[in-house]
Amino acid sequence: MRNIIYLDNGSTTMVDPKVADKIMIYMTEKYGNASSLHQKGQETKMALEESRLVIAKSINSKPSEIVFTSGGSEANNLAIKGVAYMHKKGHIITSAIEHPSVLETVKGLKDQGFDFSIIKVDKDGFIDIEQLKNEIRNDTILVSIMHANNEIGTIQDIELIGKICKDKKILSHTDAVQSYSKIPIDVKKINVDLVSLNAHKLHGPKGIGVLFIKEGTKIKRLIDGGNQEIKLRAGTENIPGIVGFAEAVKSISNSDIKRMEKLRDKLIDGILKIKDTRLNGPREKRLCNNVNISFKFVEGEAIGGYLDAEGICSSTGSACSSKSLEPSHVLMALGLKEEDAHGSLRLTLGKFTTEKEIDFVLQKLPGIIEKLRRMSPFK
Amino acid sequence: MTDQFTYSKKVMEYFKNPKFSREMKNYDAVAELGNVKCGDVFRIFLKIKNNKIEDISYLSYGCMAAISACESFCRLIKGKTIEKAKKISYEDIRKDLGDLPIFKIHCTMMVVETFKKAMENYEKKH
Repeated sequence: MRNIIYLDNGSTTMVDPKVADKIMIYMTEKYGNASSLHQKGQETKMALEESRLVIAKSINSKPSEIVFTSGGSEANNLAIKGVAYMHKKGHIITSAIEHPSVLETVKGLKDQGFDFSIIKVDKDGFIDIEQLKNEIRNDTILVSIMHANNEIGTIQDIELIGKICKDKKILSHTDAVQSYSKIPIDVKKINVDLVSLNAHKLHGPKGIGVLFIKEGTKIKRLIDGGNQEIKLRAGTENIPGIVGFAEAVKSISNSDIKRMEKLRDKLIDGILKIKDTRLNGPREKRLCNNVNISFKFVEGEAIGGYLDAEGICSSTGSACSSKSLEPSHVLMALGLKEEDAHGSLRLTLGKFTTEKEIDFVLQKLPGIIEKLRRMSPFK
Repeated sequence: MTDQFTYSKKVMEYFKNPKFSREMKNYDAVAELGNVKCGDVFRIFLKIKNNKIEDISYLSYGCMAAISACESFCRLIKGKTIEKAKKISYEDIRKDLGDLPIFKIHCTMMVVETFKKAMENYEKKH
């Protein structure tokens, strides 16, 4: 079988074999229900709490502030709806470039009597801090701004946003699914009340996430049932997922971040040598693994198709790649023309990405763009 | 038709090995349809001799479905009489491609419409 060059780590990552080994133990040997009082239950209960401690330590929180969910989307839903349902009414602020699990959740609350404001971003995807300050009202109950963007890698000044909210005594939430493991997160420093995390972007398993809920923050749970997760998320705990999550967190390393940064810059510099290209998102304050470039005169899904034929996995913000046939809302929020959004290509690195793989992409991509431009009616 | 986002082997085969994608010189008719904002633009060139589609080529700004729909259409009508070529429908392209996601069917329709426009341009002159 030919080697696959996987550069879609922003979508999901390969589970680290060490993590997979650990998960296997908790599926086939240590399979008890953590609520059971017998020894099989107690061994998993111990693993659950040890894992909670590992994740808590990684963001400088208390273990009691960590609630496991089925993933990032559920964590975002729990944060936003949990705060909204506790307040019963009010106004929520979010940004134009959030993940759909935030944007659609906030917009959906409109039908239930809540109001919302959307903060604009500049050409590099940074939110308008002045607009944020101006949108805060007496009835604002929550500000939800993502830490780093999944498509263009823009890292927001979440500490400043946290401070603005704290000064106004408004709850704040950040979706840190993309940034976790790539940027240090210290919840005490950033002053944010709710933080969403997940495992599958950092070489952990799918189907497991976390919502950090700062001590004293009152939210309503969304899934009713048993008393698991300090009564905030009913359901038998996904112990293999939770243990796998903690194992992935233990493997976070600063040297991986530095290496990815170097490879990212090599990839950006190499691709920008192709004529009529533009980098989407900033050069600085950018996720260490994110590359997003628009190519004029060609369409992104077709670029991805030819890359795939070479064994390279990528993604695009083109309308053609989505069932809705709408271009990426993130790229459009930057002020890009539709055709530039259609011509976008996202390459996202992981800790297993090698320089040889980056060189291979840089060797193949110019020919693919040239071929598609020859086929294009635009020159 | 499927609502799944998967492409058939035929779509991939046409997309990977396009045979008709080129600019034609000395064409008898040409037409362009589509909008770059929507992500699909097709330009079709025709060479017509003795009432037959002697040659056809296209340029396409679009996705895998768009490119493979152009390829399919060119294969289906090359060498046919004008009368027969005009009867080729988007359904014929869809059948030739095996299947297409439902939200990509418009690509096949646009190829046929571009051809019709090229024929209108031809008939105005001849």
